[in-house]
Amino acid sequence: MSGSESSGTGNAPTARRHTAPTRPRRRGAAPYARRTATRAGQYTALLAYLVFLAFPFLWLLSTAFKPPRELGSLHPTWIPEAPTLENFRQAFAQQPLPAAAANSLLAAAVSALIAIVLATPMAYVLARYRTRLSRAATGWVVISQAFPLVLVIIPLFLILKGLHLVDSRIGLILVYVVWSLPFALWMLTGYVRAVPPELEEAAAVDGAGRLRTLVSVTAPLLAPGIVATALFAFITAWNEFFFALVLLKSPGKQTLPVVLTHFLGTEGVADLGPLAAAALLATLPSLLLFAVIQRRITGGMLAGAVKN
Amino acid sequence: MGHDHTPAPPARFTRRGLLAATAALPAAALLPGCSGDRRRRTSGGRITLRFQSLAWQQDSLKANKQLVAEWNRQHPEIQVQYVQGAWPTVHDQLLTSFEGGEAPDIIHDATDDLADFAYGGDLADLTALLPPRLRRDIPQRSWQTATFDGRIHGVPFLQEPRVLIANRAKLHRSGVRLPTPEDPWTWEEFAQAAQRLTRGTDHGVAWPLKEPVSATLNLALSTGGRMFHRHPDGTVEVRFDAVDQVVPRTIHDQVNVDRSASRTTLGMGGSDTLPGFFAGRCAMVPLGFSYRQQIVQQAPKGFDWTVLPAPKGSALDQGVSPQTLSIAEDCPHKEAAMAFIDFFLRPPNMVRLALGDWLLPTGREALRHPALRAARYDWATGTALASTLRSAPAQSVRGYPEWKDKVATPGLQEYYSGAIDLNTLKKRLVGDGNLVLARYQR
Repeated sequence: MSGSESSGTGNAPTARRHTAPTRPRRRGAAPYARRTATRAGQYTALLAYLVFLAFPFLWLLSTAFKPPRELGSLHPTWIPEAPTLENFRQAFAQQPLPAAAANSLLAAAVSALIAIVLATPMAYVLARYRTRLSRAATGWVVISQAFPLVLVIIPLFLILKGLHLVDSRIGLILVYVVWSLPFALWMLTGYVRAVPPELEEAAAVDGAGRLRTLVSVTAPLLAPGIVATALFAFITAWNEFFFALVLLKSPGKQTLPVVLTHFLGTEGVADLGPLAAAALLATLPSLLLFAVIQRRITGGMLAGAVKN
Repeated sequence: MGHDHTPAPPARFTRRGLLAATAALPAAALLPGCSGDRRRRTSGGRITLRFQSLAWQQDSLKANKQLVAEWNRQHPEIQVQYVQGAWPTVHDQLLTSFEGGEAPDIIHDATDDLADFAYGGDLADLTALLPPRLRRDIPQRSWQTATFDGRIHGVPFLQEPRVLIANRAKLHRSGVRLPTPEDPWTWEEFAQAAQRLTRGTDHGVAWPLKEPVSATLNLALSTGGRMFHRHPDGTVEVRFDAVDQVVPRTIHDQVNVDRSASRTTLGMGGSDTLPGFFAGRCAMVPLGFSYRQQIVQQAPKGFDWTVLPAPKGSALDQGVSPQTLSIAEDCPHKEAAMAFIDFFLRPPNMVRLALGDWLLPTGREALRHPALRAARYDWATGTALASTLRSAPAQSVRGYPEWKDKVATPGLQEYYSGAIDLNTLKKRLVGDGNLVLARYQR
């Protein structure tokens, strides 16, 4: 009985066990395989994209350490066969790289600071006070991003010339501030929107004034966004070439991207080794800063995009 | 509970003070460095001139800076400040400098970039300023390269012929005659030699024609091609006659008919062809004379190369756009600037500059220097070609840059790749070209 029961009862569950897992497996196997294949495809595509993005930098890295004979090889190698620091020595001997880096640092740091000082209160107003004016201002900020450089360079040059700010670091910094301000504003507006107004209201209920609320409640929450935006403005100015080329004339004021062109000759001929070495050094600050802030930048761009 | 978004009375003084302090700090830090152009100021009668140099190779940079230092030591009353410029950006940089009144006093450039500035009144007329020694030392054909509307706007001092850099071992194996400046190949002989040097996938010649216009026009001078013809009333007309067609047709046929020229190098710059040249993929590369430096630096050990003159047509002439030194019209000390140029271009100094850039000097005295007549690195071959170098026919033509970019470059690229035939090319160069020039001649 027990045997039959067991067999009887046992058969059914066995059958169920036999069929039940099979059916879902049949239904689920194909989607699972598809999902796996899709995921593998996605990772492959992502890897290919990363390789594509990294290629110029890796090539730069490789070139910077190659002697001239390896640069002229028809079958170049990724890893230099006879790595050398000679390119770095020549780069420093030929051009005033430390002075140019100091100029870039000054222009980038001061312009980023000013941009943040201006953008933070503006972003707060745009995010918190939804009026027609603020909507128009936000729209204008977005539209201003679409203006190409060549459209603004000549009017800007004439304005600065009238103000005697051509060949002036102050002139260049002003331009960098104006150039980075819209994006900084847009980014910071996202961060401000991500700070729940209820926190400020709670502080107000507890008796905090507007300034106290801003300083003690809003500012600490905004700090990561401010840092990310500042670093973004810094990197934009650090890498900028055309304004610096057009606006600065004195050799002592030239920035790093402009000095890098001094390794180029006529008809596209370049002093490739020293150029690669200098370009590698010029790229490092951007890379390091981006490595630090890339998550925050993404967060800043997406902040406020979705209503909670 | 209402959500009151009305701002509380702000602590104005605190914030304003903070902002002011924040803004003032960097501004204060910058004040010492924000002065404008000080070159017109003199201190105790001392003049300071700014010299923008485009030297970029290590030896050339060194020579330029040494000469400036020597001048400054010898002339305490006229100090020259060395300013580094760059070839790829010099036109934009000068354009804005002139507009902004911030141009350097002494300007290093090339004759093919001077036309706009010369006609625009940005560069001083040097005709009356030139010292007789300098005037005599540089031949008239070189002065013509920097003459616009009868006025000299630059002192031409360095130039380079286009030559054939060849793999000597391959040439010997093929049994072709090695041409010399005294007995160069004709264009026909060159085409035949390229065919004999072509073996399987290895081509006889690789034309780097990323910028096909200047190479074509300058070499076409050897067959009497001018393409730009100036009428007595000063207007310029583009023609594409039989003498203009010899060089482009030779290149076209090498690429598309007998396949003695590599198709893949048509879009390349000169440097890009060198790895293939070193690897034996081609036997000859038409390049500027200064490319020898890259070859010396990059060629594999034991690579046997030589410099051959470019082929000749009715003559061995070819067009060049020499490097120049000019003086800005705004410079208040033109005589002093010319004195510096005269010093800078003294024969021994011209030799130093030429050796530093691997180029030829324009000065007769400098060309006699033994270092420039040495067999090593084929300096002698280049020096022997110096007398064949003429003013590039197009460089003084207003509208030439637009004709080059919009009409000639795409037209020649399509013709060399085989996409269009010679008649279509002619229609474009002449028909479209004259329309472009007409806008500049109204």
